[in-house]
Amino acid sequence: MDVFLFFLFAAIAVICAVNVVVQTHPISSALSLVGVMGALAVLYLLLGGEFIAMAQVIVYAGAIMVLFIFVIMLLNAGEESKQSKSLVAQFLGIPGFFALLVVLAFGILRLFPNAPRVRFGEFTSAGAEELGRSLFTQYLLPFEVVTVLILIAIVGAIVLARKEMD
Amino acid sequence: MHPVTPSHYLALSVALLLIGTAGVLVRRNLVIVLMSLELILNAVNINLVTFSQYYQHTHGQIFAIFVITVAVAEAALGLGILIALFRNKPTVQADEIDLLKW
Repeated sequence: MDVFLFFLFAAIAVICAVNVVVQTHPISSALSLVGVMGALAVLYLLLGGEFIAMAQVIVYAGAIMVLFIFVIMLLNAGEESKQSKSLVAQFLGIPGFFALLVVLAFGILRLFPNAPRVRFGEFTSAGAEELGRSLFTQYLLPFEVVTVLILIAIVGAIVLARKEMD
Repeated sequence: MHPVTPSHYLALSVALLLIGTAGVLVRRNLVIVLMSLELILNAVNINLVTFSQYYQHTHGQIFAIFVITVAVAEAALGLGILIALFRNKPTVQADEIDLLKW
C-alpha cells in the first residue's frame, strides 16, 4: 500500500513541479505549486514526519502561497512575453537535464544498495512532542537565532515594500 | 512489488532540485523564479526528512523546520523587493529590469 502511495504522490509532485516551470501564467504556476506542497506533505507522512507534514500544509500551502497570489494580484502579472530562445539552450538544456537526473539518481541508488525499506508507521518518535522537546532543549540557541531572523525579515519586508514618504 | 527505500525519496528530491534549478535559469518572470526557489528548498526538506527516517532520529526534521522558516523569510523579502522594484519600473520580466545598465 505505501509503495503505491509513494509512487502516486511522487508522480503528482514531479508533474506539478514541471507544470510550475512550464506554465506561462503565474496563477497557474502558483496552483501547481500548491499541488507539489500537498503531495510532499503526504510523502512526509509516509516517512513518519507528522509535524513536518502539517507545517508543510499550513506554512507552504497556506501562508506562502497566499503571499504569492497577493503579489501576483498586486503586480497584475499577466502572460510572459515570448522571448527568443537560444538554440544552444534548447538543444543542450533538455538532454543535459535528463542526463544529469539519470546520473544522479543512478549514483544515489548505487550509494545505498541494501538500504532498509521505508515502511509507514515504523518511525513514530518524531511527533510534535519529541520535536518540541529537542527544539526547546538541545536546539534552543538555533531556535532563538531563527526568531531574530524572522523579526529582521518582517522589518525588512515592511521597509522594502512601503511607499517612500516625502 | 518493489519495496520503497530511502534512495527512491532521494531520487525524487534530485528530480525536484533539477526542475527548480531549470525554472530559475529558464524563466524570466520573477514571481515564477521565486516559486522555483521554493521548489529547490522543498527538495532539501525531502532529503532531511528521509535521512531522519533512515537514522531513526528526529534531528533531520528539526533542520527541516529551520529550512521552512528560512524559506518563509526568503519569500517575504523576495516579494517585498519585487514590489519595491515594480514601483521604479512596472515590469516583472527579469530581462527588462535594467535600471543600472548604461
